[in-house]
Amino acid sequence: MADEVPSLAESKLTALVVDDNFVNQTMHHKLLDRLGIQNDVVCNGQEAVDVHCSGRNYDLILMDMEMPILNGIQATKRLREMGIESKIAGVTTRANEGDKKEFMEAGLNDFQEKPLTISKLLSILHRLDFYVQT
Amino acid sequence: MQRQVALIKQSLFDQGYLDEQFMELEELQDDVNPNFVEEVATLYFKDSARLINSIDQALERGSFDFNRLDNYMHQFKGSSTSIGASKVKTECTMFREYCRMGNAEGCLRTFQQVKKEHATLRKKLEHYFQLARQAGPKETARRSK
Repeated sequence: MADEVPSLAESKLTALVVDDNFVNQTMHHKLLDRLGIQNDVVCNGQEAVDVHCSGRNYDLILMDMEMPILNGIQATKRLREMGIESKIAGVTTRANEGDKKEFMEAGLNDFQEKPLTISKLLSILHRLDFYVQT
Repeated sequence: MQRQVALIKQSLFDQGYLDEQFMELEELQDDVNPNFVEEVATLYFKDSARLINSIDQALERGSFDFNRLDNYMHQFKGSSTSIGASKVKTECTMFREYCRMGNAEGCLRTFQQVKKEHATLRKKLEHYFQLARQAGPKETARRSK
């Protein structure tokens, strides 16, 4: 499986990891790194909004749902209200149908259950038309 | 030595301490980050120790704010799931069930199990990583970039 991981380095994709959990931040950052996707990490939805207010923009946002200050649902709504058109993939362990529906309706493009793995991330990228065969 | 390391790792899976998510971590280890798994595990134990302390303090105060306790444990379970800490994850799930039921005694009892499994895993992984470092790069770096 590891030998088949494509590199998207040539595509110059950028991503933002939004998660309050340090372990998940580290893992998601590394997962994206492994696929050649330059990425930044923030700790909650408010920081995700702030970083966009500062003028940064990303192709992909990996948005956790449960976070302090501003959770993933609220942050997703806020970003869409701001006109942010980045692809946003919700990632969460709380995956009952009601939560998922509410999260999707906030403005997600995709949804994946944690923990993220290389194959799950590739699946997100493929569904969002980021997947590039190298 | 490397065979010993491999056997120890296999036993962690066979005895249910780790699940396949740990292997996903290993897949991310490379020459650029040859100690990635150990670094993530260290981060996990540091973060989870903080959460254990918070829950301990909340329970010692006799404060059964089940929402708050559940939020702490949600974090703990999330981290445990991410590194493949299977037994710890199971006990976290049980604790959260007792939170949902508002069962204080169940929470107290299960929390002892959470701490026990956490301490056991920590000891076993510290031993594994120590041996892996002694065994050399073959066991610590999984792939070349």
